[in-house]
Amino acid sequence: MVAAVEPAARTAPGHGPLTPALYRVVERQVELDDVVTLSLEPEDGPAPPFAGGQFNMLTAFGVGEIAISISSAPGDPGPLRHTVRDVGAVTAALCASPVGAVVGVRGPFGTDWGVDGIDPAADAVIVAGGIGLAPLRGAVDELVARRRGTAGGGVFVLVGARSPDQVLFPPDLERWRADGAHVGVTVDAGAPGYDGPVGVVTSLLPEAPFDAERAVALVCGPEIMMRFAVRSLLERGVDPGRILVSLERNMQCGVGLCGHCQLGPLLLCRDGPVVPYGGVAEGLLGEHRR
Amino acid sequence: MTADLSLRLAAHRFLEGLDTEDVALLAAVARPAEFPAGTYLIREGEEADTIYFVDRGRVAIELHAPGRGPLVVETVGPGQVVGLSWVSPPFRWQFDARAAEAVGAVGVDAPALRLILAERPVLGFDLLQRLSGVLLERLQTTRVRLLDLYGDGGRR
Repeated sequence: MVAAVEPAARTAPGHGPLTPALYRVVERQVELDDVVTLSLEPEDGPAPPFAGGQFNMLTAFGVGEIAISISSAPGDPGPLRHTVRDVGAVTAALCASPVGAVVGVRGPFGTDWGVDGIDPAADAVIVAGGIGLAPLRGAVDELVARRRGTAGGGVFVLVGARSPDQVLFPPDLERWRADGAHVGVTVDAGAPGYDGPVGVVTSLLPEAPFDAERAVALVCGPEIMMRFAVRSLLERGVDPGRILVSLERNMQCGVGLCGHCQLGPLLLCRDGPVVPYGGVAEGLLGEHRR
Repeated sequence: MTADLSLRLAAHRFLEGLDTEDVALLAAVARPAEFPAGTYLIREGEEADTIYFVDRGRVAIELHAPGRGPLVVETVGPGQVVGLSWVSPPFRWQFDARAAEAVGAVGVDAPALRLILAERPVLGFDLLQRLSGVLLERLQTTRVRLLDLYGDGGRR
């Protein structure tokens, strides 16, 4: 289910995996107070193909480089999109990049959500928390588009956010709902005028009418949230091998050479970020792991 | 009426697997409850005299803060229960519970239920174990929310 493609084969033509290609910012969309989506187009040649869930190493020249998941859909003919949260020096510089600025891009790297391998008859359950919806957006786009108007499995998108004004991609959520997906959103803290669900994202699971026996679950968000989500999915009866989680550590080289992103037996830039819970992430999503 | 309430209670997720006879005991002290959107099931400080088994709609558990108005601390939906303060003295509601949308529920008379549970310890243990599960889940999810995972504490 999880893709395993040689990293060197996925880098931009003419570039080795450690050399950034130059991309220009063609659109800058402010999503939230501290979250920006940058749309990027290559300065030289076409962008290499990617799959939903993979990441690129983005360079803010003169500041540094950081791993950011791709938030556009693989089939989208438009620019390459990355949704960045301002949490440090590099992400602050990227978020501040205006239209016309040039950034560096290496990749795509890592494993993906394996949308092609998901049984069309199986329900797909997406559980996302906070910025964790960004690495899932492309996969959800693909799943919703493939299943629109079919009698196959449903798409269930369950989203948790800090507060109503911190819900990521509201237009996408509406579009997915209009295209037949079951979309649930809950927030940790309500606000005046908000009458939607308040609670953790797992509180949405009991009311989502998916067939747990055949369901595939894609989970992304803070690791504590993922642990709780996995527990709830297992209690509901979803097979651990059909639960995929996105793990992240300190990705640096992107090709499994430097070892900074090691987690147990995995080098997450190469063996992750998307891994099955059953047999792989099971035991790594533990409370005492780093 | 009681037969209908028995069916609704038997189908409720909180009571899943409960003996038919025990469901009938609960139904005997129950009544149907409908709350239009915006109305209150429970008011803070009043006597905690009912446990509501929600089977339709969403209920907002609220606290009123001076100058800030009602603050929703959690929402509860179908298959869940509203009202836990009837279990222990002083039997007073600690929060408001407002119908965020039209709510259908079965309300069980709490003083009568306490008597039933005192007379039938096996049923009492069973129901209190289920309620403990609800309390534990709410405690754990509250702890998780206190971590502010989606803020800086949840940096990923």
